[in-house]
Amino acid sequence: MKVMRCPVNGWRPIQEFSYGGAFRPMPQPGECSNRQWADYVFHRSGAAAVKKEWWCHLASGVWFIAERNTSTDEILETYLHGEDGHHE
Amino acid sequence: MSRRYPEPRMFRCPDRLKPHYDAVIIGAGGHGLAAAYYLARDHGIRDVAVLEKSYLGAGGTGRNTAIIRSNYLTAEGVRFYDESLRLFRDLSADLDLNLFYSRRGHFTLAHSDATLRTMRWRAEVNKHLGVDSELVGPEVIRRECPQLDLSCGGHTPVLGALYHPPGAIARHDAVAWGYGRGASQRGVEIHQQTEVTGIRVQGGRVAGVETNRGFVETGKVLSAVAGYTPAVMEMVDVRTPLEVHPLQACVSEPLKPWLDTIIVSANLHLYVSQSSRGELVMGAALDPYELHSTRSTLDFVEGLAGHLLELFPFLGEVRVLRQWAGLADMTPDFSPIMGKTPVEGLYLDAGWGTWGFKATPVCGKTMAHTLANDRPHPLIEPFRLSRFEEFDLVGEKGAASVGH
Repeated sequence: MKVMRCPVNGWRPIQEFSYGGAFRPMPQPGECSNRQWADYVFHRSGAAAVKKEWWCHLASGVWFIAERNTSTDEILETYLHGEDGHHE
Repeated sequence: MSRRYPEPRMFRCPDRLKPHYDAVIIGAGGHGLAAAYYLARDHGIRDVAVLEKSYLGAGGTGRNTAIIRSNYLTAEGVRFYDESLRLFRDLSADLDLNLFYSRRGHFTLAHSDATLRTMRWRAEVNKHLGVDSELVGPEVIRRECPQLDLSCGGHTPVLGALYHPPGAIARHDAVAWGYGRGASQRGVEIHQQTEVTGIRVQGGRVAGVETNRGFVETGKVLSAVAGYTPAVMEMVDVRTPLEVHPLQACVSEPLKPWLDTIIVSANLHLYVSQSSRGELVMGAALDPYELHSTRSTLDFVEGLAGHLLELFPFLGEVRVLRQWAGLADMTPDFSPIMGKTPVEGLYLDAGWGTWGFKATPVCGKTMAHTLANDRPHPLIEPFRLSRFEEFDLVGEKGAASVGH
């Protein structure tokens, strides 16, 4: 069984989690150009890499950040947004 | 192999790359080879190299569930896929290879009122554009597929279906091999085990491609690599809206022929047909998160088997023979990305998500036209890469991966 560590609830089966997409800083909608906004809304860094992603533990509603290798599906770290990931 | 009746090789294997080609196609899947075939046959461009990092048809071409249909939802999509279906019908004769093209009739089951409404919408769009497609009630489904349990064990009874009589299946590898042979006979070179590692751009124009076997000079490059598109486009710093998810599929052990229709359930996320070899070919929804790996999971077969038994309870004792996965490069609007790119001479055929196999012939034809004329073919104009910047999307809710 594949498991993931929720920063609040600990190790749980992967089925309890939902993928929320890549972590991407949002440009200010009022200040950026249409092109920059479209880039934020649609475009992705789609190639395989270690990526920072939003994940949600569905049972408790905790949203957090996971760093995951998208070629091997190895989850390297999980931590709450705003926290540094290197505490474990 | 018989000594008395030796089978000729399907295509030539030149032992070295030439220093220059008129056009280079990245990816020897169905799409790339079809484009090469039509470039040589219809446009007289024969000095073409198709570069493949693995073997011919190693990607999505050999990993899909081989369904061909054109009952999509947008006018742009319906016109495009219907042209593909039309080309598929006489492709066996065209390529002089039996593709086992088999017209089956395609049912997309609706288990809810909401789905039924979408089906009605699709049927009306289809009919308006001359595609044979209609909304039917349970009695027609019972007549055409008596083995189906319309009550679905009482959980989610089937209320009706979108019926598309021209829906068909074909032998997917043969499509790639047929196009490859046709292209090779007309002078195109196919190089397997040749990976493109870079694209050289000079003054905003393509100058050539770097490969693991050296540099090749060319003014026109077509990228037809589906799930590997983001990596190729990163070589020229062009961002795309693609997100890659695995799409899994499996086949059962061979059974006597009993299913001559293609059954799809949008609500149960399942599609099943029986191949000419007797195996049930089955697929389900996309894996739920981004992954660039063709690994298989037990989760997938378990979920799929559960849903399959709701429709066909008598299959309880049937065993799964093998399972596999392919990479689906998903776009935000479920339509492909085709045509020119910000780099002169670089053309893109991507965004094939869960709808790539059925589009193989029309992609080859329209991309060959686009390369030869440096102008997008009218059928693919709506699918241009710049549509996202222009907020002019083509929302294709008729795609297999869209829940209703």
